[in-house]
Amino acid sequence: MGEQTLYDKLWNSHLVRQDEDGTALIYIDRQLVHEVTSPQAFEGLRLAGRRPWRTASMLAVPDHNVPTTHRSAGIADPISRIQVETLDANCVEFGVTEFKMNDIRQGIVHVIGPEQGATLPGMTVVCGDSHTSTHGAFAALAHGIGTSEVEHVMATQCLVAKKSRAMEVRIEGELAHGVTAKDIALAVIGKIGTAGGTGYAIEFTGSAVRALSMEARMTLCNMAIEAGARAGMVAADETTFAYLKGRPFAPQGEMWDRAVEQWRNLKSDQGAVFDAVVVLDAASIRPQVTWGTSPEMVVAIDGFVPDPALMSADKREGVERALAYMGLKANTPITEIAIDKVFIGSCTNARIEDMRAAAAVARGKKIAPNVKQALVVPGSGLVKRQAEQEGLDRIFMDAGFEWRDPGCSMCLAMNDDKLSAGERCASTSNRNFEGRQGQGGRTHLVSPEMAAAAAIAGHFVDVSKL
Amino acid sequence: MKKFIKLDALVVPLDRSNVDTDAIIPKQFLKSIKRSGFGPNAFDEWRYLDHGEPDMDNSKRPLNPNFVLNQARYQGAQILLARENFGCGSSREHAPWALEDYGFRAIIAPSFADIFFNNCFKNGLLPIKLDAEKVDALFRAVEAHEGYRLAIDLEKQAITTPDGQVYPFAIDAFRKHCLLNGLDDIGLTLQHVDEIAAFEKRHLAAQPWL
Repeated sequence: MGEQTLYDKLWNSHLVRQDEDGTALIYIDRQLVHEVTSPQAFEGLRLAGRRPWRTASMLAVPDHNVPTTHRSAGIADPISRIQVETLDANCVEFGVTEFKMNDIRQGIVHVIGPEQGATLPGMTVVCGDSHTSTHGAFAALAHGIGTSEVEHVMATQCLVAKKSRAMEVRIEGELAHGVTAKDIALAVIGKIGTAGGTGYAIEFTGSAVRALSMEARMTLCNMAIEAGARAGMVAADETTFAYLKGRPFAPQGEMWDRAVEQWRNLKSDQGAVFDAVVVLDAASIRPQVTWGTSPEMVVAIDGFVPDPALMSADKREGVERALAYMGLKANTPITEIAIDKVFIGSCTNARIEDMRAAAAVARGKKIAPNVKQALVVPGSGLVKRQAEQEGLDRIFMDAGFEWRDPGCSMCLAMNDDKLSAGERCASTSNRNFEGRQGQGGRTHLVSPEMAAAAAIAGHFVDVSKL
Repeated sequence: MKKFIKLDALVVPLDRSNVDTDAIIPKQFLKSIKRSGFGPNAFDEWRYLDHGEPDMDNSKRPLNPNFVLNQARYQGAQILLARENFGCGSSREHAPWALEDYGFRAIIAPSFADIFFNNCFKNGLLPIKLDAEKVDALFRAVEAHEGYRLAIDLEKQAITTPDGQVYPFAIDAFRKHCLLNGLDDIGLTLQHVDEIAAFEKRHLAAQPWL
C-alpha cells in the first residue's frame, strides 16, 4: 500500500465496493440537511415508498430562508415559509433530528455541525450544499452533493463516486498581524484560480495551517470549493481534539479515548505523494479584497483594480465585464473604494472568533456616514448567546451595526437581507458572483476584521496597519 | 430519468467563462419544493430586463434582446456550447433542472465544475468535455452559420458536425450505461444492499461512536 495521504485514508476506510472503471460506493457517516436542497429528495423517497437507511446519521436545520429579525413572528414570505415548514414536516415524517428555527441550537448548517460535535474526524460528511467542504477541517472527507445524491444517501447510506486526485496546499511560516484564514483562502484562489482545484481533494498543510484554530481551519476548508475543489481538509491534531471534547454529539468517557487514539492516524504519511502541490509563504500574504465577480479576481489591500488594457485578449473581455458590473475603474487603489453596506456572517465567517475579531476593530468606533447598513449575523443561536455573554452585541450596536438572528442571510440573499442594484458591500461571505447578494449588488469578499474596518472608515483600509 | 441515446439538435453559444449556478438559476427560485418548472427562469438575470420573482408570469416579462438565448436564430436549441468551468459555485441541482426544463439535453464545454457535472448525469443531461481548441472551433462555426446543428451519438461517444467532422469524447462507463438506459442510481445501488449492510456492521463496530 505504501504511504497514504489523508485523503487516501478517508477514501479507503469508507469504500464499500468499487467497479473496474473506478466507480465506487462510499459509505456516508453524516448527512446534514437544510430546507433548500432536501424537499425534492424527501419527496423522491415518499414516491418510491422508501425510508432513510439510517436516520441517526442525519441532522437537519433550516438556515437559508430564515429571517434574521422578529423571528417569533414567523416567516413573512409565504414561499420561504412553505419551504421551512416542508423541512419540519419531512423531519417529523421520517424521524430526522432537526433544530427548528427558534431552537437556540439552530444556525447555519456548516456552523452547527462542528459546534455540536456532529462532525468528527474520520467521518464522511455530505450535505446538499457546496460549502460542506468546511467540515474537512476535522480531518473528515466532506463535500457538497446535489439533491439526487441527497436522496441517494438517504436511501442507501452511500454515494456513487470516483476518487479525486489529491492536491497539497502547503502554507509555511507565520501570518502577519491582521492576516487571517480568509486571506489565506483568497490568496490560494488568486494563485490557482476558481478551477485550479477542479477534480482534486485539497489537503491544507504546513506550519501556518497547524497554527490555525479550528474555526480558522473551517474558514479555510470552506473556501476550497471556491478554488474548484469539492473537498478541503486538514489533518487531525491536538487542536482538533481540544475543540471537540465535551460537545453534545462527540463520544464521551472511555469511548472518547478510543476515538482519539484512532483519530491520531488521520494525517498524511511522511513521504505520501500528492498529484499536485502548491506552496505559499504565509508571511507574504497580505489582507485580501476581491474586486470582480469571481473569487479569483482578488488583490492585496495595498493593490489596485487591474487594468484590462494590459491583459491578453482572452482575459480582457471577462475583466472588462466584471469591472463594468462592479462599477470600478482600472488602476483605482483598493483603499479608495467606498462602500454602501457591510455584511459580517455566513458559513465562512460567522463563528465566535469571527465575531470577536470584528468587534475588536469596531470597539469604541462608529460606522461611517456613507455606510447605509452594517449587518452582523452570527452563525448559530449558540454563537449569538456566547457573543452576548461577552458583550460583543453592545460593541456592534454602539458602533451602529445591526445585531441579527442566525442564518445564511445576505451571503445569498434568500431572505429579506439583500443588496439593491448598484450597492457595494464589504462582505465576509464566500461568493462575489453577479447578483449573489441581490440583483445588481456588488460584493467585495474580505475577512471579518477587514469588513469591520471598512464599515468604520467607509472604504477599504489595511487592517494590518491598525 | 430520461434516456439519452442520440441527439441531433440546434446549438446555442454562451460565450462566457466561469458561468456559475447562481447565474444559471438565481436564488429566489430555489424556494420551490418541486423539481420541475425552472426552465422559464434559467439565466433569469441575463435573460430578462426586469427583476424576476417566483410568482411572476414570465411570458409577460421584457426580454433582454442582447442575450443569446433570446435571439431568433437560437430558438429551440437543445445543445448549449459553453466556456471553461461551466456550472461553478453552488451545488444546487436546480441548475441542471432549469437547463433540462428549458429544453437542453447536452452541454459542450472545455471544463465543468465537479458538482454540477455530477448533477447533470442524474437528470438525463449530457455534459461533454472537449479540448478548448475544439470548443473554439465550434464557437466560430455556430456564429458563422445560422441553424448550426450537431449530432451527438452517446453509444459511439462522438459528435458529428454538419460538414462531417467527428469529435470523439470520453465518458465513464457507468455514467454512459445509466444515461443510455435511463437508469435510476438508487435502484442500482440497492442491488448491493447486502454488501452495504455488511460494511456498515464492520464500520460501526470499529467506531461505535459514529
